[in-house]
Amino acid sequence: MKILVAVKRVVDYNVKVRCKTDGSDVDVANVKMSMNPFDEIAVEEAVRLKEAGKASEIVVASLGVKQCEETLRTALAMGADRAIHVETDTELQPLAVAKLLKALADKEQPQLVILGKQAIDDDANQTGQMLAALMNAPQGTFASKVELAGDKVNVTREIDGGLETVSLSLPAIVTTDLRLNEPRYVKLPNIMAAKKKPLDKTTPAELGVDAAPRLKTLKVAEPPVRKAGIKVASVAELVAKLKNEAKVI
Amino acid sequence: MSILVIAEHDNGSLKAATLNTVTAAQKIGGDIHVLVAGHNAAAAAQAAAQIAGVAKVLLADAAHLGHQLAENVTPVVVELARGYSHVLAPATTHGKNLLPRVAALLDVAQISDVIAVESADTFVRPIYAGNVIATVQSSDAIKLMTVRTTAFDAAATGGSATVESIGAGSDAGKSSFVSQELTKSSRPELGAAKIIVSGGRALASSEQFHGVLEPLADKLGAAIGASRAAVDAGYAPNDYQVGQTGKIVAPQLYLAVGISGAIQHLAGMKDSKVIVAINKDEEAPIFQVADYGLVADLFTAVPELIAELNK
Repeated sequence: MKILVAVKRVVDYNVKVRCKTDGSDVDVANVKMSMNPFDEIAVEEAVRLKEAGKASEIVVASLGVKQCEETLRTALAMGADRAIHVETDTELQPLAVAKLLKALADKEQPQLVILGKQAIDDDANQTGQMLAALMNAPQGTFASKVELAGDKVNVTREIDGGLETVSLSLPAIVTTDLRLNEPRYVKLPNIMAAKKKPLDKTTPAELGVDAAPRLKTLKVAEPPVRKAGIKVASVAELVAKLKNEAKVI
Repeated sequence: MSILVIAEHDNGSLKAATLNTVTAAQKIGGDIHVLVAGHNAAAAAQAAAQIAGVAKVLLADAAHLGHQLAENVTPVVVELARGYSHVLAPATTHGKNLLPRVAALLDVAQISDVIAVESADTFVRPIYAGNVIATVQSSDAIKLMTVRTTAFDAAATGGSATVESIGAGSDAGKSSFVSQELTKSSRPELGAAKIIVSGGRALASSEQFHGVLEPLADKLGAAIGASRAAVDAGYAPNDYQVGQTGKIVAPQLYLAVGISGAIQHLAGMKDSKVIVAINKDEEAPIFQVADYGLVADLFTAVPELIAELNK
């Protein structure tokens, strides 16, 4: 069984982003970039399925600027078999990403596509669901457990109020939540070996996809800062403040 | 303009998130219709009909919609959506699961987690875990968006809209419901609670998490939340998680107990009216957003707090 995994290059989890002074966009020049954490979980899940003998090949795809190659190399070092880079300098929004992944899926014919539930830059949480719609395939979003069972996959989903398990016919799309697994630490020999794994290049034009953005960002701004309040010396003082000053209890 | 709001419900009752979403629809302006897609969902539809400002409730009722699987609800919404200028759903796990699937089939963008409406085509939403607020404009013919419920007040009730039955489509046959484990609780829902008592890794075990926080939550009539660290450590179930990747809350009072205050946690609760932090590390970042900070060992402070509240 072939698995397709999509990975996005984003501003590293630990970087506190700033807005450009003209408010036109976020300033990402010279900041550390990494693989989106939810996508790392997606790669890890695919690799575990392969290690368990349930998957035969893992194809990893990334879409965007030239440096996405680095993100793909990380995925290869984690255990993916080969990579596809859809190179473009155009800002890609979820619908365009879903269309490009659909074009790749048409070629690769994966039985399972695993994506992160959202990217930590635009926080959209859309691409997996959109891809599932375009592929006319079922979706198991926000997955905390994935179990292959014959021609079906059982996905346990983290929903408001608890967990829900659904059974999906393959091919299916899974998007990962935080507790699906803990991604492995990549070791140096694997990083070296990953350099020899195949990395193919293509473009939105070659895939016949119009990747133009549909939403225009008019401005970005930092949210109002919440000011620190006061320290209270005792529990009694805290209760008095909450009752008499804040009036919330 | 006319706006379709996708109701959040469990067939028997309507979830509060629907009310906040109707308020967001009112900010856009226009006729508001509410879709209730489910099975034996007449009670939920009746509740939706009582929301003030709703002109009509559309009820799609069929067995294959019972668990509201995205694969089966999507065709119903796609069919309806072409008659509307806007389609709104709450940014709950249900809304987030459904609406992008609808958007792709309509070949339109979807706007996630809207926190303010600037005009009929311009909306405000947080990005980068709430560290940046973006204003975006849509040029699509139909605007689809999920709404962050804490950013909009609940719509009033007292309306009397008509309920109209509509076609429910057929089972897509690609997915089926297996099981559900809902956290049972007599406490208020996290998303709708006026007071939240939230615990972090400092609770140090599942027994202590529940043993220390539950009496306090019961005393205050509060919901219980948790930091990602506490959930990852297995002290609390996943649906307790407050934060950018968990639930976004904005109660009247948020009591952070043994929570250090990672950015991703702050993103989920910083719009609370009053924040109280109890932490023995006086350098903890949570104190930078807390209205009232108490530097103390939670294992002595929380029982003291309960005793003080009992006075």
